[in-house]
Formats: sequence, C-alpha cells, structure tokens
Amino acid sequence: MISESVVDLSRLQFAMTAMYHFIFVPLTLGLAFLLAIMESVYVMTGKQVYKDMVKFWGKLFGINFALGVTTGLTMEFQFGTNWAYYSHYVGDIFGAPLAIEGLMAFFLESTFIGLFFFGWDRLSKLQHLTVTWLVAIGSNLSALWILIANGWMQNPVGAEFNFETMRMELTDFGALLFNPVAQVKFVHTVAAGYVTGSIFVLAISSYYLLKKRDLGFARRSFAIASAFGLASILSVIVLGDESGYEIGDVQKTKLAAIEAEWDTHPAPAGFTLFGLPNQDEQRTDYAVKIPYALGLIATRSLDKEVKGIKDLLIEHEARIRTGMTAYELLERLRGGDKSATTLAAFNEVKNDLGYGLLLKKYTPNVVDASEAQIKQAALDTIPNVFSLFWTFRIMVACGFLMLALFACAFWASAKKNEESKPWLLKWALWSLPLPWIAAQTGWYVAEHGRQPWSIGEVLPTHLSTSSLSAGDVWGSLIALIAFYSLLLVVEMYLMIKFARLGPSSLHSGRYHFEQQQPAQA
Amino acid sequence: MFDYETLKLVWWVLIGVLLIGFALTDGFDMGAMALMPFVGKTDNERRVAINTIAPHWDGNQVWFITAGGALFAAWPLVYAVAFSGLYWAMLLVLFALFCRPVGFDYRSKLENTRWRSAWDWALFVGGAVPALVFGVAFGNLFLGLPFQLDGMMRSSYHGSFFALLNPFALLCGVVSLSMLCTHGGAWLMLRTEGDLAARSRRATYLSALVFLVGFLLAGSWLALGIKGMSLASVVDTGAALNPLNKQVLADNAGWLGNYSRYPLTLGAPVLGVIGALLAILASTWRRAGLAFAGSSLMIVGAICTAGFALFPFVFPSSLDTASSLTVWDAVSSHKTLGIMFVVACIFVPIILLYTLWSYIRMWGTLNDSSIEANPHGLY
Repeated sequence: MISESVVDLSRLQFAMTAMYHFIFVPLTLGLAFLLAIMESVYVMTGKQVYKDMVKFWGKLFGINFALGVTTGLTMEFQFGTNWAYYSHYVGDIFGAPLAIEGLMAFFLESTFIGLFFFGWDRLSKLQHLTVTWLVAIGSNLSALWILIANGWMQNPVGAEFNFETMRMELTDFGALLFNPVAQVKFVHTVAAGYVTGSIFVLAISSYYLLKKRDLGFARRSFAIASAFGLASILSVIVLGDESGYEIGDVQKTKLAAIEAEWDTHPAPAGFTLFGLPNQDEQRTDYAVKIPYALGLIATRSLDKEVKGIKDLLIEHEARIRTGMTAYELLERLRGGDKSATTLAAFNEVKNDLGYGLLLKKYTPNVVDASEAQIKQAALDTIPNVFSLFWTFRIMVACGFLMLALFACAFWASAKKNEESKPWLLKWALWSLPLPWIAAQTGWYVAEHGRQPWSIGEVLPTHLSTSSLSAGDVWGSLIALIAFYSLLLVVEMYLMIKFARLGPSSLHSGRYHFEQQQPAQA
Repeated sequence: MFDYETLKLVWWVLIGVLLIGFALTDGFDMGAMALMPFVGKTDNERRVAINTIAPHWDGNQVWFITAGGALFAAWPLVYAVAFSGLYWAMLLVLFALFCRPVGFDYRSKLENTRWRSAWDWALFVGGAVPALVFGVAFGNLFLGLPFQLDGMMRSSYHGSFFALLNPFALLCGVVSLSMLCTHGGAWLMLRTEGDLAARSRRATYLSALVFLVGFLLAGSWLALGIKGMSLASVVDTGAALNPLNKQVLADNAGWLGNYSRYPLTLGAPVLGVIGALLAILASTWRRAGLAFAGSSLMIVGAICTAGFALFPFVFPSSLDTASSLTVWDAVSSHKTLGIMFVVACIFVPIILLYTLWSYIRMWGTLNDSSIEANPHGLY
C-alpha cells in the first residue's frame, strides 16, 4: 500500500506548483489580447503612443511570461515524476491533449513571442501585428487543450477500461474534445484571464493618473482596459461554469458541497448566502438562505432538483459495493480466466470499478472490506464542504466587485472624466489582487471539489501517485518552495520597478522621468 | 488507417524525430549557453551570444516540451516509469531548465554587474546540466534500470540517483554535452563576429574532438563490455499487450544485434563520425555553415545510433528483465496512436514552415554595435 504521507505530500506539491503557475497564466492570457488590441489600434491610427503602449505593457508581459514558462515546465514533468500511476492509468487519453497542446499551441505562441519582442525592425507593421495576434491565439489555444485535459478529469467521457493493459483507453475522441465540462471551463477560464489582464492595466494606469504622469498614455490604456474588462467580466459571470455542474456525478457532488446542500430539497432549492457548514453533523449552522435561487442558478429551471449530500452518499455506498464485485472479477480476468461469462459479468459492473478502488486506501484486497470500511470510503466521496462553501463565495464576491469597478471605470472613461475621480482611480489600484484571489479560489473549488478522485469516478487520488518515499517528496517540495520563492521575489522586484518607471522605461525620451532627468540610464 | 503494429513503429520513429528536433534546435541554444561564460569575455560579447538565440530559445524549447507530451500520449508507461524512477535526475534537469526563461528575460533588465554575472552562470547551468544529464540517462538505458512492474502495472524503482553516475553513463554524458557544445559553438560561429566568433571556433573544434573520442570509446565499450537484451519469446506485435507477458534474454550480442541484422543501420554511427570530422575540419577552415552542418549530422547520427541499438527496447529493466518496456508493449491504444499520428502529420509541417520563417526574418550576424544600438530592447 502507498503511504498516506506520500499521497498528501504529492498533493501538496501539485497544488502548490499548479497554483503558483496560475499566478502567471491568467495575466498572459489577458495581456496577450490587450497587446493585440493596442497594436491593432496602432496599425489603424498610426499613432506612436499606441506603439509605445504595446512595447511598455509588452515589457511587463515579458517579465510575467518568463515565469509562466518556467513554472509550466514543472507541470509537464510532474505527472510523470509524482503521479506515475495516474500517467499509466489514463495516459492513453490524458496525454493526447497535452501533446496536441504542444504541437498546436506552444509552438505557435513560443515561436512568435520571439518575433514579438525582437522583430520590431525586421517585420512590416502588418506582419508584426499578425505575430502579436498569433501569440494571443497560441496562448488561448494552449488554455483550450489543457482545459480539455482537465475537463476530462472532472467528467471522464469517451473512454473505457481495458483489463489487458490495466488502464483506461480512448474510445471516442470527439466526446473528449466536446466534453461539455471542458467547454464551459475553457470559456470561464480564458475570460477570467482577460479580466486579470484588464485589471492589471487598469490598476497600473490608474496609478499614473493618480501621480499625474504620462496622462495621454495612461488614459488610453485605462480606456482599453475598462472596455475589454467590462466585456470579459460579464462573460465570466454570465457564462460562469455553474452550468457545468449538472453533468457527471463528480460535478453534482461538487455542487452539493459548494452549496452545503445536505438534503435534497424540493425544486427549486434555496441558495445559502451565509452559513458555517458542519461536515460531522451534516448540517449548516447559522444558515441565511435566499429562497429558490440555487435551483435557478444550478439547474436553470424551476422543476429540477439539486441532489443533496445525504442522498449522494447513499448512491456512492451502493456503487462501492458494486465496485467490489468489479474488482473481484478484474482479479479473475488478470489471473487468466478470460471466459466469456467472466468478461460479460465484468463489463456489466466495470463502470463502478473506480468506486471499488476507493477501498484500496483501507484494504489492499478490496473484496475483504468491512462494513465500517465501506461506510468510511463512502464518506470519503464528499470533499471538504466548509472550505468549498467559502472559497466559492470568495470567488463570486471578487467577481461582483470587479464587475462594479469595470462598470464605473467604463462609464468614467466614456465620459472622459476618470482623472477627476481619485476615488475611482484608488479603487482600481487597490483592486489589483482581486482577479488572482478569484482565480486561486476558483481552482481550489474545481480541484478540491473533485476529491477523492484524480479522475472522477475512475481513479482515486490516493492510488495515483508514484512509488516514491516521503523523503523524496519532502526534498522536492522544499526545493521547489525555496526556488519558487526566490523567483517570485525577483519577479515582483522587476515588475514593481518597471511598473513604477512606466513608459519611461522604453528610453524613447518622450515620457515623464526622461523629461525631468535626461541623463537617467 | 494503419494497423497497430505499423503505428507502434511510426511512433518509435516520431519520438525519435522529436528528440532529434529538440537536439538540433534547443541543442544549439543549450550548447551556446554552456559555452557563453567562456567564449564571451565582456558584457557586450555575452549579450551578443545571448541575443543570437533570444528570438528562438522559447520556440526551440517547445521541441523538448512536445517530446515530453508525445511520450505521455504515445508511451504513457515509459513516461510514468522513467520520470518517477529517475526522480532526482529529472528534478535536476527541471531546476536547470528553470534558469533559462527567467535568465534570458531578466539578465539585462538591470545594469548591476553581479546581477548579470549571476544570471550568466544560471544560463550556463540551464544549458550544460540538461545536456549532461540526458547523456547520463541514455547511458543508463544500455545498462538497464533497477525497476519492476507489479500486477497492477505500478512501477517501483530500487536504485538511487548516485548509482546513475557510473563510468559508462558518465562517458555518455560527456558525449552528449560535447555534442551540444559543438552545435552551440558552430551556431555562435555563424551568428557572431570578431573575438567572440574566434573563441567559439576554438570551442567548436575542441568539443567536436572530445565528442569523436567519447563516441568511439562508448561504442567500443558497448561492443566489448556491456550485456544487451533481446526478446526471447515471439510477441504478437499487432496486439494490445501486457508487458509482463514476455521473456527477455540478456546476452552479449544484445545491443549490437540490430546492426548485424539490418546492416543499413550502421549508417547511423558512421554519420556520427563523419559529422564530427566535418565539424573539426570546418572549424579549422573557418567555415561556420559547414561546421553547423557537421554538428547537425553528428546529432542525427548519435541519437539514431542509440535508438537503433536499443530497438525494440526503450526502457530496459536490470532488476526484472520482463518488466523492460518495449515499443510493442509500452504504447498507447491503437486509436490514440492513430489520432496522434494524424495530428502530427498536420502540425509538424506547419510548425517547420513558420519556424523557418522566423529564422529567416531574424537572420544575420550580431556584434557589439548591434547591442549598443538597442541596449534596452535586447536581452
């Protein structure tokens, strides 16, 4: 059996490196499009200030992009180094989108990013604009493929277990591609990236406006960011991936946990605005409810019900028992009894094999599990309700705060009076962390909400790790934390330095600091 | 479209193509950075060296990333067993690669000398360490690695990182490091001028010489002193297989068996030697383009030499020979291999086209004045 500490440490390492990676990714996704928009305006109007905007925001983009690439490497390695059994068990399906991501998206983005930075004098205006758009499209395509991979972890469609090779195999590529969970995730995630890029430009432009520096430059950046941001935050909220929670058992369980729905209520269910979920007692203390709202949001109907945790537990326990049968039949097949009856019996129950594997945590033979162990395994199928309930609400609150900000900023920018509203500029500046808080809590909801599965209903997380010692994982975890912290300090130092310096960092002689101190390096 | 057996072979070739693509492109920027602190004496010279690869290193690196992704998609068991088994070696490569994106982008953003010199050494590590470790890993493949698979196909590894550093593997490490240094040196000859180009020429000459000696030495060692493996039982190469249902023989002729069975494959080591000789001669003749052609041939020859020798094995086990992974039984399903083949056929030519375009656009030699003309826009 795999030691629990290796599982926990591997999860911690994955969570840490993935969340750290996602500090840089959304900004890349959003800024790439903002750069493409700014450059399009430059090519259309021929005004130098728009070219300077592309170059300056591009400089900050580069500082961020470098760490995005660096931390992305870890993700590429980590499935193999720390999640070897996972890689074997689902590589046939999961590996494909990752490889296609490389061929279709990374090559495009990475080849053209070099031309974006260094091709200004080598390419015509139109060629350079095309290059910038290709970088933006490439980065968004990579988001598409990685979310197809991630969507499959949440809702594993188009695949089947093969007992000969002891793994999941692809049966329907189209189903993998058009997995509804992946589609809504993609839209939600890239739009959240656009919001991040917009807040970034909006906040830093507001800083220049507050300091009364480089006003023309800052005003135009502010205008583009507020318009693009408003459109993006509306997409994030309206096309929020809430609609994906209807599909698949894992998503249903996640929804019930997010909403702390212990019991199945008659439709349409109420939405719990506030409360302290208590998992041991299976109730929510001090709940404040809005009638009907949950049913409307989650099922977009008045008559469909949202299944509660207690009912889900009953279903899961039954599936665990079927899973034990599936495991017993699998043992027989692997042992050499490939008779038609065994095979038919196995095919009958193999969809619950994953539930049977949940018992591996308690007994390596699965089939000899005690009643108490079965009950415990069923309880394991519900992720931590308290943390999901609250991280989800933090994410949503950040989203609505940003919606209000973008609406005001867009209005002020359209009226051309943002400079006379210091409260708005300060609000924008202090909103800088919001998209990151929303993105990190959002991923927590998506991935913790998937537990105890690494692949929903197919492969439990505790079986997915490599056969490593706890010492190995401690070592890599500490090394990663140390190195990542160092890189973050360096990155933040450069980012703050260049953001403060503003467009003067282009050394064109046209901006604030160079006009006061012409000798500055 | 294709039967399963053909697709298994196709993917062996494609993984090889991706590895070669990686070594030909990312290889020269790693090699150039491994040489940079030595051939670049002044800050401007170092910046020239860095800026020859500035527009390309990121695209080049994608060959490596895609090779990893393709390994995951086409040979999931190899990806799982190799990355988890060689845990610390992989992390060493990973941490070395960390230094590159940030090193390139951050180095010249501040004027401070210590800052820049620290990043120069980080870039050196990012170039030299992966080049060395890849060779060491390849060397260990010939010796077999101490892992085994259980009935659930879970792999366990029973060796340590330091056991990888045995004399034969270290020799292979020297071969691959000198190979990429030759390639990087030839690249710098092509793209730079003056003292920097002259020092790069000497580095190319020296690296190619080390490669040639090391390559011949490793070949002789393989022929004389290392047991190879071959499949004892006939396997149904067209079926979905359980890797444990095969028998493997360890015999003296093992790794050279393919060369006598298919004499055409002898072309690979010959190509490696010719490439090295070409690189040596071209660098004495000051012919940069020819030296780069030589180092490219060397790379193709050397990687094919290793691949042909191991075939059909890709990840042999010294602990439990039946657990050894081969192109027949460590692969993805027929369907996945087929789909991925179609995707590769569509995208690889497109990638080659736009990569070529980006090189043509950015071509030309760089010197101190190119840096001085744009000190804040360049790396």
